[in-house]
Amino acid sequence: MQKRLAAAAAAALALGIASTAHGADVEPQIERQHWSFYGIFGAFDRAAEQRGFEVYKDVCANCHSLNLLAYRDLEEIGLSANEVKAVAAGVEVEDGPNDQGQMFERPGKPSDRFKAPFANDAAARVANNGALPPDLSLIVKAREGGPDYVYSILTGFKEAPAGFKMAEGMNYNTAFPGHQIAMPPPLSDGVVTYTDGTKATVPQMAHDVVTFLAWAANPELETRHRVGVKTIIFLVILTGLLYAIKRKVWADVH
Amino acid sequence: MSEPAWNSPVVKWVDERLPIFTLLYHSTSGYPTPKNLNYWWNFGSLAGVMLIFMIVTGIVLAMQYQPNAALAFDSVERIMRDVNYGWLLRYLHMNGGSMFFLAVYIHIFRGLYYGSYKRPRELLWWLGIVILLLMMATAFMGYVLPWGQMSFWAATVITNLFSAVPVVGNHIVHWLWGGFAVDNATLNRFYALHYLLPFVILGVVVLHLWALHTTKSSNPLGIDAKGPQDTIPFHPYYTVKDNFGIGVFLIVYLSFVFFAPNFFGEPDNYIPANPLQTPPHIVPEWYFLPYYAILRSIPDKLLGVLATFLSLLLLFLLPWLDFSRVRSATFRPLYKKVFWLLVVDVGVLGYVGANPPEGSFLVMGRIATAYYFLHWFVLVPLIALFERPKPLPVSISQPVLGGGLAAAAAHPMEKA
Repeated sequence: MQKRLAAAAAAALALGIASTAHGADVEPQIERQHWSFYGIFGAFDRAAEQRGFEVYKDVCANCHSLNLLAYRDLEEIGLSANEVKAVAAGVEVEDGPNDQGQMFERPGKPSDRFKAPFANDAAARVANNGALPPDLSLIVKAREGGPDYVYSILTGFKEAPAGFKMAEGMNYNTAFPGHQIAMPPPLSDGVVTYTDGTKATVPQMAHDVVTFLAWAANPELETRHRVGVKTIIFLVILTGLLYAIKRKVWADVH
Repeated sequence: MSEPAWNSPVVKWVDERLPIFTLLYHSTSGYPTPKNLNYWWNFGSLAGVMLIFMIVTGIVLAMQYQPNAALAFDSVERIMRDVNYGWLLRYLHMNGGSMFFLAVYIHIFRGLYYGSYKRPRELLWWLGIVILLLMMATAFMGYVLPWGQMSFWAATVITNLFSAVPVVGNHIVHWLWGGFAVDNATLNRFYALHYLLPFVILGVVVLHLWALHTTKSSNPLGIDAKGPQDTIPFHPYYTVKDNFGIGVFLIVYLSFVFFAPNFFGEPDNYIPANPLQTPPHIVPEWYFLPYYAILRSIPDKLLGVLATFLSLLLLFLLPWLDFSRVRSATFRPLYKKVFWLLVVDVGVLGYVGANPPEGSFLVMGRIATAYYFLHWFVLVPLIALFERPKPLPVSISQPVLGGGLAAAAAHPMEKA
């Protein structure tokens, strides 16, 4: 997508066309970051993923669900089976009905999906000034700009410039289209205390939580890259052999 | 090529009752193919390989997918996360659609350049257009199945095209939807048809091959094979060449699958369908962008829809619009120029289709649309009428063996 945008921009320049659709003042500002999972050998930074999970658990999870993930998935970011059990047991989930026909609460199990902060969308809206906090399972894939976009949103809260008209209850954000976002700034220095002792600055937390969410959206990424490299090497050799055979078979025609 | 003689008594016994081995022989080792086909001729077999890829991955995906508006989106994500190698199947299928269209479009432009639609291959050409139309319907309905935002709104926009039909338009749209909005009934029927149509395509591909094997392949010179010295058997020469092509194509295809699987996709399709929220820009997949640009370039809805359909259906008329008897653009200096202009024009249409229809994009889209129709209905017939083609080579063998036209002209005695 990045490449396609770049190509479109290059084509627009070549044809001497300037975008007239939006004024430059409300154009989202996306900050390009270096991500460990980019490139054909890219893999997630385990420590960043685990710190990112702490940020999600302590901050994001108050409003944002992660419906497509189960607690068991956390083993993929390096939590042990016992740690996963402890994380799951930290929430109460509704189960049932039991043989009395009653629904009941029980501690979470690794096989449970992440517990959502609100019972339904309407409950989420009423608690958030009418805005619906989106589910974060696919957020990195579901936005133009991917991880850079989510990072820029988290670090893009600023004072509104003088004369900028803000709607009631909205917050100024340089990365958000239109620059007005319903979400209040979620991160501030030290809002999370990392268990590995890393200093919890806003850019650090943003980088960590985006790494975690990139994994949540692409849990297959590391396997995909590994299998991909092997497959392409295999195909290059196979295709080379096929070319040699083709040359040999065609030798008497040319 | 003569009838094969079977040594094995078992093969002989079967073949006398059901001549399947003779059929295979006539399609491979006994199928005479011009010896001078270049690599642009690889894309037919590549398209066939992609069709098989799509059917196989599609059937396995269908074993896990739920065609229900409440479950579809999550069932796709379940395939991506919890089904063994489900992500691979899904990304193969998703990118496979793009690669299938890529192969088919190159195949079609090769046909346009080398005049493969001309007598006696008109029916072969027609069957190819039917395959393209079926592919477009299949791809559109497949795009709806993940039930993301783009799925839902693409379904809404495309089905609404039929509301342009006078008097009964809205009735047709409701009939297509199976209700008064794009909803579960729409998803269900699109799923059923998305499963059915690939097999219809397979059937038409068989007819396409039958017509091909009757008229035989054209070739870059566009002249008929004059005898055995101009042809080689399809097997092993073109089977091995096709296999090499498949290897190269797979490297490109699988590089997308493994390293940039969402390159052709829209981020919005990872947001579940929401009938109450329209995305800022509704864009189809890249292979529909030129048609989308034509649709949006014409201010009148009905005329826009008609022009969009006409942009494809006019290909049926091409064998008569281009009545020049010279097939290959190699010998048609003017046609060659407008061919490349058409390629640029379709590229511009695609670029315009990807952008909002306003300002300079709208102007560009209108010019490119006008040129598109000008190409087929004015330039092509006029060029066929007035163009003076270069002299054609005497036979396929001469330019291949003797170093081209110059050599053939320089040594006229050697022809005997």
